[in-house]
Amino acid sequence: MEPVLTKYVREPNSFELDFFLTHDGYQGLKKALAMQPNDVIEMVKASGLRGRGGAGFPTGMKWQFVDKKTPNPRYIACNADESEPGTFKDHLLMERNPHLMFEGCLIGCWAIGAKVAYIYIRGEFYHVQKILEDQLAKAYAKGYAGKNVMGSGWDCDIVLHRGAGAYEAGEETALIESLEGKRAQPRIKPPFPAVSGLYNCPTAVNNVETLCNLPSILTNGAEWFARLGPEKNGGPKLFCISGHVKKPGVYEASMNTTLQDLIFNYAGGIRDGHRLKAVIPGGSSVPILMPDQLDVPASFDAVQKAGSMLGSAGIIAMDETTCMVWVAKNLMHFYAHESCGKCTPCREGGDWLYKILDRIERGEGEVRDLDLLTSVSNNIAGKTLCAFGDAAATPPLTTLKNFRAEYEAHIREGRCPIPADWRAGTALAAAH
Amino acid sequence: MSFHPLMPYGEGWHKSDRIVAAEGQPFAFTPDRVRQLEEICGKYPPDRRKSAVLAALYFVQEQQGYLTANAMRHVAEFLRITPAEVEDVATYYVMFYRAPVGRYVLQVCRTLSCALGGAERVVEALSEKLGIKVGETDASGMFTLMEFECLGACDRAPVVMVNNEYWHERLTPENCSKFVDDIKVRGEAALSGCYLKVEN
Ligand SMILES: Cc1cc2nc3c(=O)[nH]c(=O)nc-3n(C[C@H](O)[C@H](O)[C@H](O)COP(=O)(O)O)c2cc1C
Ligand code: SF4
Ligand code: FES
Repeated sequence: MEPVLTKYVREPNSFELDFFLTHDGYQGLKKALAMQPNDVIEMVKASGLRGRGGAGFPTGMKWQFVDKKTPNPRYIACNADESEPGTFKDHLLMERNPHLMFEGCLIGCWAIGAKVAYIYIRGEFYHVQKILEDQLAKAYAKGYAGKNVMGSGWDCDIVLHRGAGAYEAGEETALIESLEGKRAQPRIKPPFPAVSGLYNCPTAVNNVETLCNLPSILTNGAEWFARLGPEKNGGPKLFCISGHVKKPGVYEASMNTTLQDLIFNYAGGIRDGHRLKAVIPGGSSVPILMPDQLDVPASFDAVQKAGSMLGSAGIIAMDETTCMVWVAKNLMHFYAHESCGKCTPCREGGDWLYKILDRIERGEGEVRDLDLLTSVSNNIAGKTLCAFGDAAATPPLTTLKNFRAEYEAHIREGRCPIPADWRAGTALAAAH
Repeated sequence: MSFHPLMPYGEGWHKSDRIVAAEGQPFAFTPDRVRQLEEICGKYPPDRRKSAVLAALYFVQEQQGYLTANAMRHVAEFLRITPAEVEDVATYYVMFYRAPVGRYVLQVCRTLSCALGGAERVVEALSEKLGIKVGETDASGMFTLMEFECLGACDRAPVVMVNNEYWHERLTPENCSKFVDDIKVRGEAALSGCYLKVEN
């Protein structure tokens, strides 16, 4: 498949407005502005575009739910909080192709009748934000944003909002809370943001990559988009591949491409002299797949059928030097640290799980700890306000399911069975 | 009492690490920052100045390095919200410092992809070189060492962010000593920068 989203990212000035304008920039927006907003929504629905932020929810449908009868303003909130471990695609898009995101935001605003798009960018991406600020000023100066967008008589603002380091701010209602100047803690749903979101007004929260797909749908048509991938999984997709592969990076491909192909061809396979042990296919929150489960298309539906989730398409490959208890412990540190603290099972349980895993990894675990891990995990999953709880329970559950013997070996031998000089990264570090 | 029958709750398993902010010097934003901050407030609906609280706290940090009780009260006044609302936010987000930090804050990503690339050893090496533990500032006041969770550049593992802003990629344990020495001499210019900029 010819790249759509990343076609020009390696050109030195791909982020400049002038470059963008000579490569079909803002043509999708021009098309949209000539259409009725409702027709734009219908077109996005027909394209089958599904949200790229993690859940894969159809974007057109999300927009359709936005309350159009309200006397209140409506908003687009662009989710640029990208913090799911293993994910770095929005980072690339914003750094190298910021106008595509702006164009997407404007198309979204036109479709749902919003006059402001807030881009919530994670605080750590300040180097990216500076590029965005620069380019946004240029877009304003040339009439692509602000008053009278592209001479259409329609006004629409784009506002950059810097976060300050909180994974949970990526959850859509927590993002809204954070935009309102509060802690990034989720709200109870319903009401969904489409009915009552930012400042209690109807709001559509869309991921950066999702919005970046809109211009090409408008210019090339819904059918073109749908045909790029398997049924209900159309369009180009960015895959982030990291871990023990030879060429980690962002790769654009159709969702027809298999996970196997992505890891072994796109990313060059596992580093020399090693073999694949396990793969996390969709960011740290999803279950592990084993090497013999990878011959499936990397689509939302196929990966789910294989027993995991495509999530944010953050593929982490691990080779045989990796201790899976250590992996669970590393990820549990993340979840214990990032829990927003609103629900007791997630706030307390995450911390407990980390401490139990740490104890096992150090060789001080007991056999009963394995049941304890399962019990605590199962008392978090499905019992919390937001999907973070399910994600937090995943590392222990999925490693126990696939690598129980490794846990038992830790307990039996009273130490980590992986040789100390294999400990994460020494070989890899030497290879760089 | 425990929420879970098998957890030794209350025996050192649950400790708050709350740092009460110091009073600090009297604080007021410089006229320049007042103007910039008013501009930022203007991007939100008029009765929603609170939306600018993160921006205001970043300005405090820029002006005096870390957050103090005086500064948070000033922010509250400026945004017409309560000091408690400001502290609520300031204690939640990890990029705000509530105690003095060194001139260069080394924020090493420790999450899975970086850890697979040797982040644990990078932290060890930096810790040894600087003679401090994670969370501490060295005697000269030049460096603070921190661990961060996934920075969103996992293909460049291990990644280090410096002062919430500047990046360095693929820092190997072997290079840590030189990395620190380089920063001492050349400051932020010693860092590799981020992402495709490194390749191009
Ligand atoms: C704990 C948690 C963290 C999330 N983090 C992000 C994130 O960093 N970026 C993102 O785009 N979506 C994230 N999401 C998904 C959002 O809640 C939301 O579904 C998404 O932004 C919707 O956009 P989309 O429909 O375009 O995918 C997260 C969800 C949860 C539960
Ligand atoms: S599940 Fe965790 S992160 Fe989500 S609302 Fe509850 S405490 Fe917060
Ligand atoms: S794990 Fe370090 S940047 Fe993602």
